[in-house]
Amino acid sequence: MGGRVLDRVVNVAGESGKIDPMHQFQIEPLFGSENWMIGGYNLAFTNSALFMMVVLGALWVFMWGGMKREVVPGRWQMAVEGVTGFVNNMLTSSVGPEGKKYVPLVFSLFMFILMANFIGMMPFGIVPGVHPFTVTSHLTVTAVLAVLSFGTVLVVGFWKHGLHFFSLFVPHGTPWWLLWLIPLIELFSFLIRPFSLALRLFVAMTAGHVLMKVLAGFVINGLNAEAAWVPFVVSIPSFILMIGITLLELLVCAIQAYVFALLTSLYINDAVNLH
Amino acid sequence: MDAEAAKLIGAGLAAIGAGLAAGGVGNVFGSFLQGALRNPAAADGQQGRLFIGFAAAELLGLLAFVVAMILIFVA
Repeated sequence: MGGRVLDRVVNVAGESGKIDPMHQFQIEPLFGSENWMIGGYNLAFTNSALFMMVVLGALWVFMWGGMKREVVPGRWQMAVEGVTGFVNNMLTSSVGPEGKKYVPLVFSLFMFILMANFIGMMPFGIVPGVHPFTVTSHLTVTAVLAVLSFGTVLVVGFWKHGLHFFSLFVPHGTPWWLLWLIPLIELFSFLIRPFSLALRLFVAMTAGHVLMKVLAGFVINGLNAEAAWVPFVVSIPSFILMIGITLLELLVCAIQAYVFALLTSLYINDAVNLH
Repeated sequence: MDAEAAKLIGAGLAAIGAGLAAGGVGNVFGSFLQGALRNPAAADGQQGRLFIGFAAAELLGLLAFVVAMILIFVA
């Protein structure tokens, strides 16, 4: 969001004087890095960058613990092999034997999104001064991930098939009198893919976190109310609802990562096998 | 009508879209379950398609949410 949006968010928060559900998405420079400039661009080390590093670290530790190549795998190695086998299966079933080449790419996308979603849901806020941040709740980050997926499809498609890749826009069995319309629709649905990939992930995470913060606001404002009955009628039901919504959000975190990886593998199938 | 009020009413109307998408997502999973109970052996092979349908139905609800957010915070 731009500066104007942030001003408005702050204004809305100031007017109500209550909990601001959008504040959690604010990007702030950390460790006094707000004046780091390279070539006229401000390259501050932000909380977004910090949490990307945390995700990378968690992913690295997870993989490092499971890559010992023991003959009889322990629990950790089983967990890692379970995830790699899952991505491997997904690609073999949607792309075929050629899908094996794309396992590292789809695995990296899947695990980065999964870890970022989960780490954004973790209750780091109970440590004073620590503000958890969900990396995937920003369109810039999810758009880069979507461009990675879409760019792979373009590069692979044109590399393997050359200009014949455009036959993707004319499905088999198209009647000749629809040849003017079907390619247009197919082209449109092809070009909208990166936007739908990026928007889905970004909005799902943003909406979930806003909902959580609004419910948390109900709990806290109910506890601060003057009338004695308010905490029982408002705070406690909201808190119970929040526990349920948290579980739902954890499910959504996993489903969104899965959907992103699944759609990426389907798009790769289009590029490799052309319908 | 006051412009601010119109924005908030529009954001509220966008919630209708979110509700309709909820119906769509329910329809996807309900239909899958109907089919899966008739032929449980074939159910596992269709899970990928289930989630594609879910993703497509959900996206439209999320777009309604984006419209609401744009109306409240950006427009």
